[in-house]
Amino acid sequence: MTFRKYLVLAGVALFAAAGDSMLARGMKQVGSIAPHHLSQILLTVLNPTVAAGILLLLCFFACYMNALSWADLTYVMPATSVSYIMLTLIARFLLHESVSVTRWAGVLLISAGVGFVTQGPALTHRTHPQEREQMTLASGVEQ
Amino acid sequence: MRVPYEWTAIAAVVLTSTTGDVLLSRAMKQIGDLGDLRRRSGLITLVKRIVRNPNFLLGLSAMAVSFYSLLFGLSWGDVSLVVPAASSLTFVSNAAAAKFFLHERVDHRRWLAAVFVGAGVVLLAL
Repeated sequence: MTFRKYLVLAGVALFAAAGDSMLARGMKQVGSIAPHHLSQILLTVLNPTVAAGILLLLCFFACYMNALSWADLTYVMPATSVSYIMLTLIARFLLHESVSVTRWAGVLLISAGVGFVTQGPALTHRTHPQEREQMTLASGVEQ
Repeated sequence: MRVPYEWTAIAAVVLTSTTGDVLLSRAMKQIGDLGDLRRRSGLITLVKRIVRNPNFLLGLSAMAVSFYSLLFGLSWGDVSLVVPAASSLTFVSNAAAAKFFLHERVDHRRWLAAVFVGAGVVLLAL
């Protein structure tokens, strides 16, 4: 694992947490959408907070794609869940919110999960070179 | 009345998000390390290879459906239920899908990680 790869994983965690928070706040501003007015959901992107959330989630998506290009899905998902820990620490020490014992237990469980997965290799299954070659030929793009 | 909608949205998020994750992971493995590829072939070639990959396009569509299912979930239900329930269930379903569809070696350590993180997310929301 190189510094660049750790940076990509940190990007996944940071942008996911920020994007989800903005999206949740934006949807509360928009309010409840009735099941028979499904088309209204498309207009929610006009809300500035929802739009900012989508922008942050696009950054998350770019980092996530990058991480999946060199690591297993079962490595990337738990490794980037460190964002939940960061959010709890920010809530407690920067925003001075009270964090219950149950939440600290949740942080402990997530930390243990992250610890388990990051001790092992990032990649356990390599795409067969022939499969990659076929994909390259099918796309018609020269390297 | 809203509870069935809430759980339908959660189930839709888990299903479409897992499908999207598996397809995107397969696409990215076919394309190769994006950092290396960008250095070797440049950004334009890299973007072309990504957007021409069928698995990427299918995965992206599944993620878009997942995104709108999440918006519905957030609009109908409490964020404190919808986000942790969908996230924690996705951790476990992804581990199973990665084992069966991506042939990743999901050993006991990775299963434990998925279950611990999923349970931790639920505890954070209580």
